[in-house]
Amino acid sequence: MTAAIDPETFAALRDTTGSDFVRELIDTFLQEAPGMLADLEQALAALDADRFRRAAHSLKSNGNTFGALALGALARELELSGVAEISDRGANALAPVAAEYARVATALAGLRDD
Amino acid sequence: MTDVHVAPARLLVADDNKVNRLLLTRNLELQGHTVACAENGRVALELLRRERFDLVLLDMEMPELDGFAVLEEMKRDLALRDTPVIVTSSLEGLDHVVRCIELGAEDYLGKPVNPVLLRARLSASLEKKRLRDQQKELLRRFAAPEVAADLEQSGFALGGRRVHATVMFTDIRDFTPLAEAQPPEETIELLNNWYALMFDAISDEGGIVTLMVGDGLMAVFGAPVPLPGHEERAVRAAREMMALVALFNQERAAAGKAPIRIGIGIASGEMIAGYAGTKARATYTCIGDTVNLAARIEAHTKVAGHGILVDGATRAALGDRFAAEPIGPVSFKGIAAAVPVFALGAAPG
Repeated sequence: MTAAIDPETFAALRDTTGSDFVRELIDTFLQEAPGMLADLEQALAALDADRFRRAAHSLKSNGNTFGALALGALARELELSGVAEISDRGANALAPVAAEYARVATALAGLRDD
Repeated sequence: MTDVHVAPARLLVADDNKVNRLLLTRNLELQGHTVACAENGRVALELLRRERFDLVLLDMEMPELDGFAVLEEMKRDLALRDTPVIVTSSLEGLDHVVRCIELGAEDYLGKPVNPVLLRARLSASLEKKRLRDQQKELLRRFAAPEVAADLEQSGFALGGRRVHATVMFTDIRDFTPLAEAQPPEETIELLNNWYALMFDAISDEGGIVTLMVGDGLMAVFGAPVPLPGHEERAVRAAREMMALVALFNQERAAAGKAPIRIGIGIASGEMIAGYAGTKARATYTCIGDTVNLAARIEAHTKVAGHGILVDGATRAALGDRFAAEPIGPVSFKGIAAAVPVFALGAAPG
């Protein structure tokens, strides 16, 4: 299994913005991301295409920022597929993205205190 | 990180995502800029209308009002349409990028934004904006405000259109001996003071000065913007010019200087108004028989011994609101038939 966080991307982020700032950025992401996942769930239940696309878009964008490339790719797939297609996949359609986020959150919490 | 020097700018970051906002703000602040943030398009427009920004970094995917709507609004708003926008987005699909550029965005940066690329694009956009601002400032200084606005809105094209307007010529009589009798600095100061007074009187009545030559000038009432009652407005401006010169002469007398005298010639009718010259250097002007006639009539003030002379068309438009004394048909060089000319008193008739 590849690393949840791409070390090169993360190192570049830390080098250009500073360790203190990256710590603050990780904290913000860990606060905001559960809301995005909840948005995905609710938008899926309501078949709300705009809200679903926006939540997937945000998760993709933020994942890529930290080097969470697998999370970014999963979120991108959700964004491009759209709520109708994802809904056809059944009740566990969002399980992969939720599991990947859990892996990313653990990795970021570790990197935060490096 | 300080290899490229960019003057600190005031920037607006519009992004609904907090991580993106923080990161972009951090990168921009590290480059020395001041940053304000908006979490959606509606807030961004409110801020843009309340404060001045040098540039906007705009996300596309936002709730309430998205980036496309912000671009459209900014394009419609005269006060905002020149503020450059760099789109920062991770939108999928080239058609979105094309649409942003078509809506007037200056540049497009994919997310996550690379700080080095950000710096380069930002400094290019800010430099372009600085040049545009400089150009506008020059335009304001060297062209009448109406002409500057016309240029800013419809762009520049040589060629003219027919307008119905009133043209005025004026100059200082016997200026050459006056100029020769005093130091050049004093002559320039005299001219500048005189021009300032004439400009005031002319623009107060909605006219624009299209030409300044030595001790004279040409003004148009009714172009590039149509002006109802342009004949009467030109005549009122002429009277005000006479009154201002009288005041100016009192000041000169107090300083022990000789008075100046001016002549004013006015003609109304159809003319061609537009930009004439070359693509590299052009001026807003009016041409045609009416313009020639006004110039001839102005020259005739010296012969006739009247301060303000007008043509028949101007006279007819004034009705009986102004007393005008016919001084008979006058033959002018280059104009086939003799033309009726009228003298106006300096005071309201």
